[in-house]
Amino acid sequence: MTRQTKLNFPHPPARPDETPDFSAIDIPEAGILDVPPPELKAADSHDYAQGLIRILNDQGDAVGPWADYIADREDESLLQGLRDMLKMRAVDKRLLNAQRQGKTSFYLQCTGEEAIGGGFQRQLEQGDMNFPTYRQQSLLIAADYPLRDLMGQIYSNACDPLQGRQLPIMHSAREHGFFSISGNLGTQYVQAVGWAMGCALRGNGKIAAGWIGDGATASNDFNSALLSASVYQPPVVLNIVNNQWAISTYTGVASGQSKTYAERVLGYGIPALRVDGNDYLAVVAVSRWAIQRARNGYGPIAIEWFTYRAAPHSTSDDPSAYRPKDEALAWPLGDPVERLKTHMIKRGIWTEERHAQSEAELLAEVMAVQKEVEKHGTFVNPQPISPAEIFRGVYADMPEHLRRQRQEMGY
Amino acid sequence: MARMSMIEALRSAMDEKLSDDASVLVFGEDVGFFGGVFRCTAGLQEKFGEERVFDTPINESAIVGLAVGMAAQGMRPCVEVQFADYVYPAYDQITQEAARLRHRSNEQFTCPIVVRMPTGGGIFGGQTHSQSPEALFTHVAGLKVVIPSTPYDAKGLLIASIEDPDPVIFLEPKRIYNGPFYGDHSGKSVPWSQHESSEVPEGHYTVPLGKAVVRQPGNDITILAYGTMVYVAEAAAKQAGVDAEIIDLRTLLPLDLETIRHSVEKTGRCVVVHEATRTSGFGAELIAEVQEACFWHLKAPIRRVAGWDAPYPHAQEWDYFPGPERIAAALKLAMEE
Ligand SMILES: Cc1ncc(C[n+]2csc(CCOP(=O)(O)OP(=O)(O)O)c2C)c(N)n1
Ligand SMILES: [Mg+2]
Repeated sequence: MTRQTKLNFPHPPARPDETPDFSAIDIPEAGILDVPPPELKAADSHDYAQGLIRILNDQGDAVGPWADYIADREDESLLQGLRDMLKMRAVDKRLLNAQRQGKTSFYLQCTGEEAIGGGFQRQLEQGDMNFPTYRQQSLLIAADYPLRDLMGQIYSNACDPLQGRQLPIMHSAREHGFFSISGNLGTQYVQAVGWAMGCALRGNGKIAAGWIGDGATASNDFNSALLSASVYQPPVVLNIVNNQWAISTYTGVASGQSKTYAERVLGYGIPALRVDGNDYLAVVAVSRWAIQRARNGYGPIAIEWFTYRAAPHSTSDDPSAYRPKDEALAWPLGDPVERLKTHMIKRGIWTEERHAQSEAELLAEVMAVQKEVEKHGTFVNPQPISPAEIFRGVYADMPEHLRRQRQEMGY
Repeated sequence: MARMSMIEALRSAMDEKLSDDASVLVFGEDVGFFGGVFRCTAGLQEKFGEERVFDTPINESAIVGLAVGMAAQGMRPCVEVQFADYVYPAYDQITQEAARLRHRSNEQFTCPIVVRMPTGGGIFGGQTHSQSPEALFTHVAGLKVVIPSTPYDAKGLLIASIEDPDPVIFLEPKRIYNGPFYGDHSGKSVPWSQHESSEVPEGHYTVPLGKAVVRQPGNDITILAYGTMVYVAEAAAKQAGVDAEIIDLRTLLPLDLETIRHSVEKTGRCVVVHEATRTSGFGAELIAEVQEACFWHLKAPIRRVAGWDAPYPHAQEWDYFPGPERIAAALKLAMEE
């Protein structure tokens, strides 16, 4: 029997006015996957690429071999992780607010994904380099990037290390392991591989980390990066943040019939793991394992961080037009802050009172810096950066035609 | 007749063609269910079904590559690239494939596609939401390049582009999607509903490709402009107090040299404006053509006002954008010479 050929168009489980439905997502028990040896090969990665590495169970206990793998961690590092996430949330909240007040042109939050950048960054060394997307500001928070620089960039004022050249959130912070962000999706994934090849050639012991969203895995450069990494075996960790959405487009449009993004990577001969991105402990454990593996010369490794974009895509977006309003609340892997908090309370190193106090303190800290930075100008009360800045840094030495244009401009 | 914004006019054009030609398809990133980040395709999937209007993966090269294959097969895809700044992954498919398929196959295969993309600045979009890459397409044999400046033209030109037998790059000046912009960013913006060119007929009509239009008749100097700059030029002429004839090119390739020549022979002076960077911009082509066609009528050198040769900045957008002051200064200079 033959069938009529027919095209397939993927659909999300629920649209606005429907009940959120994640029943098709299989959530394995926490603690059931072991810690592979560093020489893990793609061919032996199927369980890790199709499964989900999780440490925190529904009761908030840390369980399984991956929990043991990071058992040496001090309580202090958990406190730090929670603080990173709370600080991230406070920063996102305040900057979103600033955009709503017209003080900047644009903002974009990472709500629900704070654990990923936060936990990953804390495992890197000085000199390692992230090639982030615009949604990885949690890397900067966990790298202790000064809030004054971070916020200056958002306000495009005199505190902006980039002199107002880039759209808000397109940071660049070389000393903090954060490569200059480009708005063009995918381009930087392959650059991370190039940087890592440079590290290997120079023998400097540093690694690179590429970052890409589920939607942008569709780009040609995703293939370029994986193939190059497979061929040359540089020290690179290739992160895929699968937050279920690419603006209004459901992740199924990027995945096609592949079950997981991690599994797709295996076809390149690169081992890959899939991880509960809302489980701070799992993020820390797998990041530490993958970063060490890359640094110790076992070649590239990919990680799919399974999470949910709880916020709108950006301040230009209204998700109520394409997904149920309360979909984030139905996300089966919960909220990373709540989960870590529950675990720490259970562990006896945290309380609700301290949590509330910490939240308030961090918000106050963020607001104090914000107030200070806003004194240097906002879109409501601008203190313009010199227009002549437009011409500086286009080339190392300003060519004659740019000099003429600057003069024509009156500077 | 209805009053429409440029967005509504573009949607109406696609609606019209989806209705009257079963081979027309509309697709791109966020184009289907959501209706596009600028809402140009809102409601079309609901009306025509997802086999006609659908979302694609984030891969511009695939969007255009698929369109080329479909077009060669007999469909008429009208695809969207979310911002002109993101067209570069598709540059290979557009310039090496779509543009040359008819010629290299000796017409065995053709490529009637439209690639729509929002272009230009003025929305504080920074360097990856503000570019004007028209010259990268006008430099390619086999492409047509269109850029409307009114809702009426937007609909008529888009229908003509979809019906055209060859690939058309359709640039949509995003600053004037919702209303004309005269270059004063601090002023209140006017919606299209208050502008006469937002009178857009229901149903089918075309504005022919390759035909410019005189937006404002005048005697002393000719301004060549397109897209958003048509309005900025209008404001500049007023500011400079010159009796300028403003020509809205509408199609950059093929260029309507007749309308241009007619005007410059009358005025003897010419200023060219565009948002795109100056060096090797489309203005250079315009100046060369005008000079060759009208040399003996010219009373002054042809001036050009364009974006500076630097990446489009975020904070200094209005220092970068060729606003009315800069154009007015060029007009005065050209008048004095
Ligand atoms: C080459 C390119 N095409 C299109 C866009 C427009 N765009 C910006 S973000 C985005 C969605 C990306 O989704 P994903 O990769 O899943 O990342 P997320 O926003 O979910 O973090 C799109 C289509 C772009 N920036 N670059
Ligand atoms: Mg995503």
